[in-house]
Amino acid sequence: MNRRNFIQSGAILGGGLLISFTIPQANKLSALAKPVAAGGFTPNAFLNIGTDNTVTVTLSHVEMGQGIWTTLPMLLAEELDVDLDQIIVRHGGVDKAYNHTIYGIQITGGSSSTWSEFDRYRNAGATARTLLTQAAAQRSGVAVTNCKTEKGFVLAGDKKFSYGELAGDAAKLPAPQQVTLRPPSDWKYIGKGSKRVDAQVKTNGEAKFGMDMQFSGLLTAMVAHAPVFGGKVKSFDATKAKAVPGVQQVVEIPGGVAVIADHFWAAQQGRKALQVTWDNGPGTALNTTSQTIAYKRLAATKGVSAQAKGDADAALAKSAKHISAEYVFAYLAHAPMEPLNCTAKIDGDHCEIWAGTQLPGVDQANVAKLLNMKPENIKINIPFLGGGFGRRATPASDFVIEAVHIAKASGKPVKMVWTREDDMKSGYYRPFFVHNVQVGLDEKGMPMAWNHNIVGQSIMGEAKMFGPPPPVDDTSVEGVKGSPYLNTVPDHYVGLHTTKEVVPILWFRSVGNTHTAYAMETIVDEMAYAAGQDPVDYRQTLLKSSPRHLAALNLVAAKANWKTKLAPGRFKGVAVHEAFGSYVAIIAEVSIVDNAVRVHKVDCAIDCGLAVNPDGVKAQMESGIIFGLTMALYGELTLKDGQVQQNNFYDYRIARMNESPEINVYIVDSKEKMGGAGECAVPPTAPAIVNAIFAATGKRIYNLPIMNTKLIKQA
Amino acid sequence: MISLTVNGQPREVAADPNMPLLWVIRDLLGLTGTKFGCGVAQCGACTVHLNGEAVRSCVTKVSRAAGQQVTTIEGLSTNNNHPLQLAWQEADVPQCGYCQSGQLMSAAVLLRENPNPTDQDIDDAMSGNICRCGTYPRIRAAIHQAAKMHQGGAKS
Repeated sequence: MNRRNFIQSGAILGGGLLISFTIPQANKLSALAKPVAAGGFTPNAFLNIGTDNTVTVTLSHVEMGQGIWTTLPMLLAEELDVDLDQIIVRHGGVDKAYNHTIYGIQITGGSSSTWSEFDRYRNAGATARTLLTQAAAQRSGVAVTNCKTEKGFVLAGDKKFSYGELAGDAAKLPAPQQVTLRPPSDWKYIGKGSKRVDAQVKTNGEAKFGMDMQFSGLLTAMVAHAPVFGGKVKSFDATKAKAVPGVQQVVEIPGGVAVIADHFWAAQQGRKALQVTWDNGPGTALNTTSQTIAYKRLAATKGVSAQAKGDADAALAKSAKHISAEYVFAYLAHAPMEPLNCTAKIDGDHCEIWAGTQLPGVDQANVAKLLNMKPENIKINIPFLGGGFGRRATPASDFVIEAVHIAKASGKPVKMVWTREDDMKSGYYRPFFVHNVQVGLDEKGMPMAWNHNIVGQSIMGEAKMFGPPPPVDDTSVEGVKGSPYLNTVPDHYVGLHTTKEVVPILWFRSVGNTHTAYAMETIVDEMAYAAGQDPVDYRQTLLKSSPRHLAALNLVAAKANWKTKLAPGRFKGVAVHEAFGSYVAIIAEVSIVDNAVRVHKVDCAIDCGLAVNPDGVKAQMESGIIFGLTMALYGELTLKDGQVQQNNFYDYRIARMNESPEINVYIVDSKEKMGGAGECAVPPTAPAIVNAIFAATGKRIYNLPIMNTKLIKQA
Repeated sequence: MISLTVNGQPREVAADPNMPLLWVIRDLLGLTGTKFGCGVAQCGACTVHLNGEAVRSCVTKVSRAAGQQVTTIEGLSTNNNHPLQLAWQEADVPQCGYCQSGQLMSAAVLLRENPNPTDQDIDDAMSGNICRCGTYPRIRAAIHQAAKMHQGGAKS
């Protein structure tokens, strides 16, 4: 999973003709995924050109807001030479052809869709263009070298053929061994961008999400889950639930009791009337207060080494100044706007699923195992995802499996839906983490010793998806481990204590960076003040060997006029962090009103290498900043006696329009390796905000969310 | 049976009078553009117009809509050409898109009542609608843009 070893395509910006090998045989469509239109031209699993001139692009990654519905077709259209508005886009089903080019499974995650498909989708388009041109040459008798393409046509001498006309002939030609990709100077879409292809259906109500599945005979199911993680049903009485008009059936499934009804309302009323006695199990012992104390105690001790150099303890003892910090990060719910849901229909030895999922292949395998069916008998249909943020990528397929259990137990096709409360209380959270950081500064205020211990559950260890967990889960320490700041510190130690809890955990937009960037960027800010230096100047000194961090930092500092004095009552904070191969620097401008922070303006600079769709990158920066703002201001789930105390958006707040700052995004003109966009603005947002709060109040915030701290403006 | 008019069409539904309008619209009438997000009037994804006023359909009993006019996102315009829909597309507002029906329905009432809203007016009218993708800056820009288009249209 270490994608840093695999980032490719950086070289393509050098210009000149580009020869690329055609898509390997493994990427041919297998029997499972059928071509869109019979008789058309399906040169690979990503493209079909119908004899009726329809061009259909099939996505290996799913659209959950990040804009891949537009970006992958852009890449293909660039080489195929068609207008984007000629293209029909669809999600692929499960097929090995759609496996991630690096991760080897079918997954949308890790802010990787664009860079990992940059070659493959261009290749898919170029292969088709080559064959269509050959078909036109054959038909017209004009040499291939005298044929050219233009927006869905091949021009062969004085003849003009549409791609649709040529589709049948092209389908009979052998695939070329290699194709020529367009040089950057010829790009029409890449680097210039395109409007979102899905904007229209997302403004008129037509876009279909999993929640919108409807067909004759489909019932709605709602599950009463155990109130405590790991709890089980002891007994239940469905008499009152069954008396609710519209309730059809009540069935027990592993982990709960499902009420199946004609529609949502009846299912919800039925669930309210259901009486369940639970065996809560040992999970009731879990309380946030005691967990905090236990984790803090552990964090004060040396964890398993994630990164070490020299003797951090000895150097700390010799340092001129000592900074000590203890950070606490709560469990967080992803809370996508579309609550989790899944539709399942079992028919003999086949099963059909409709689910907004980031991990369709894993879901297919898990359903096949549960039903004892062949994986190829499980058809996964993927509608639009109403937000994902990692929650729709569960290695255990939790919400998919739950729907299949209900369909199996009831013998009916069911749409299993979670309410917002289910979504908030039923798990798979960003883990609870504690950091203990001890930094020693030399006489000039520069770090000479760094001791950093982290405590929390292991996402990769509990996911069990990529083999047995290593002693140190990188997703627990990423952002501290490998930090450019640490590389400047001669004696340092990064340790990890991996804990086990009953609470199910998962990757959450930017994963480990959600907490590591906070610890790093706030303590570096503290160090700058301790050294009597400007926070940007101080970072520039420490990052002098990290050109991409510097590029982002320098750009945002210039654009935000960092050194210019602000209006009275306004304060700025800065942070810079690399995640998923992109470097994002943020400057937040705040004021303190009624003991709370108001974020007025956020400037952001990103070095992501080539920005294939620049406005798409900007949209993802805006999105990540608001997501980070929510995390900073309000993000907190607490447990009491094993039960999650938050319920809905009134006590698990999300930033709203009136809290949304002005956001300006600047993209570094970069020829470096391509990185991601979807997650990359989340990590530096919260630290930039609290660093601005420090400038305003002189108070450091070590425990998120900010709402738990009363803020008092400095006189 | 309860009679109501949805997007100009007279409809009759066999529903418990306490059933929220949201589930009548989605599960009984099959109009899925109106979304379920929270069920407690906290997120605005279910916003529709009841006699022209924005209401959270998840907490509005269908009995309240009996004999009344309901407009959903499917009825906001005849050809996806409401100034807000055009501005939304022009500004590339939607990301996951799930909340946008509700955002548009809230914004439509704002714009009708206040053809030239200030940022403060937008904050006041739109803060009941949550967008987890954080499209707020673009929603704000698109509302301003739609206001301009609207005024331009009125002049010509």
